[in-house]
Amino acid sequence: MTPLLEAVDVTTGYGELEIVHRVSIQTEPGEIVTIIGPNGAGKSTLLKAIAGVLPKFSGNVSFDGRDVTKLNAPKMVALGASFVPQTDNVFPSLSIRENLEMGGYQRTSGTSARVAEVLRMFPELERRPGEQASNLSGGQRQALAIGRALMLDPRLLMLDEPTAALSPVMREEIFDRVEEIRDRGVAVLMVEQNAKEALARSDRGYVLVAGERVLEQSGEEMLNNADVGRLFLGLEPAGRGA
Amino acid sequence: MIDFVQLIIIGTIVGSIIGLGAMGLTLSYGVMKFANFAHGDSMALGMFLAFIVVGDLGWAGSDIGRLSFGWGMIPALGLAMIGVALLNISADRTIYRRLRRRGAGIITMAIASLGLAIIVRAVIQIVWGSAPLRYSTGINPALTLPGDLKAKPDQFFIVGLTLVVAFGLYLLLYRTRLGKAMRATSDNPELAEIAGIDTERIRMSTWAVAGALTALAGVMFGIQAQLQFNAGFEFLLPMFAATILGGIGNPWGALTGGLIVGITQETSTEWIDAGLKPGVPFVLLIGILLIRPRGIFGSTV
Repeated sequence: MTPLLEAVDVTTGYGELEIVHRVSIQTEPGEIVTIIGPNGAGKSTLLKAIAGVLPKFSGNVSFDGRDVTKLNAPKMVALGASFVPQTDNVFPSLSIRENLEMGGYQRTSGTSARVAEVLRMFPELERRPGEQASNLSGGQRQALAIGRALMLDPRLLMLDEPTAALSPVMREEIFDRVEEIRDRGVAVLMVEQNAKEALARSDRGYVLVAGERVLEQSGEEMLNNADVGRLFLGLEPAGRGA
Repeated sequence: MIDFVQLIIIGTIVGSIIGLGAMGLTLSYGVMKFANFAHGDSMALGMFLAFIVVGDLGWAGSDIGRLSFGWGMIPALGLAMIGVALLNISADRTIYRRLRRRGAGIITMAIASLGLAIIVRAVIQIVWGSAPLRYSTGINPALTLPGDLKAKPDQFFIVGLTLVVAFGLYLLLYRTRLGKAMRATSDNPELAEIAGIDTERIRMSTWAVAGALTALAGVMFGIQAQLQFNAGFEFLLPMFAATILGGIGNPWGALTGGLIVGITQETSTEWIDAGLKPGVPFVLLIGILLIRPRGIFGSTV
């Protein structure tokens, strides 16, 4: 299968500071891919560069066979690659409905039908579409941020730590939604700290350490990988008691 | 007592003009995130641009009811609104956008706008001189209201227009795609870009709307007073006081803030010397900043 997203040898960072060094990753249509790694490994930086939020110092990114290396975030969204930042990912003074409308800003044919569709996917938002986003709980905000990113029917959804700072119950909720979204044919590329839960739902995973890609495996293989378990999943190595 | 009510009426008129100007200011402040010190002088520019039509060209037009100005004021307003909108847009293209891209802070932006303010004021003085001008030389007799109160037809017009404009601005911000995108850009410009909003275009539209409102305020001021090249600067502080009082980015807040500033300023002459009146907005401004820095209604844009 041709990859939907292909990043080759991407080097990026903030200002002059290089954080990610020649990393290559792929996402195929309809799969969930998770990038894990320790704090400061450059996971979010890589995702932001792919999404067009940060510039790439070198390397190439193609989306659906098209070179998108130089495209900024609004152009990536227009092509069908939406990004959800980890924090500040809703417009606090706008209502739920208005937040979704802004996600569909580039729709020229009106947003009301799509707003209704997206609201149906998130019952907790559908109950009160007029509520101001600043009044929502962390989980509801995350749901709204994801809903906003779905407004343009993307083919790729990029999520930066969607479950950070959420309770275990809310994390499950969000991961369930991510799977539903994948089942609708949208590829998901996410960065996660809650690696164990994320990998359990992922088709594939990458491990990033100190800005370099050190491992690529299926989600299941990674869960069963002793090194990954010891280093990132908080699991005790086999054969040693607690 | 009658005198006091009369002062409230005058304050309402002054407050409406301040409110109109403050609506433009609050909008640009909300989206651009810096205090535009050129706002007052752009207001004066709008006032003088209208004079080109009704004064310099002499197209006063036939009378409109009992108002002091004729139909010529309509194209005059159009010229003023378009002119100030274009001034704002070109200022953004040539000055503010460059600073923004270099990551300039709000102080740098505000100082740049102060420079622009001085340029605009100087241009007005060069073109129209320092002597006060008037849109019309005729008198606009006051109507006698119940209780022997007096108000001019022009003044009813100004208050009415202000309410209509405030409602229009509300509809723009809360009912249209452009207005919602302005509020979104004000909330979080980075997220607005990520959502696919062309934020530079939103900024241009904001400058245009703010410029049109500013010009409208200037023309309304000119209708009920003399045209002076430094009028804008005098209005700047009351407009800032109104904007901050009403909460930055809130059109109803700006109008309410304007009315509070106008009425307080005018009624203060019951107790203090009229010469001290211009100091009242300063006191109000400092008071608000100390007690309720986010304004009475909080910020929305």
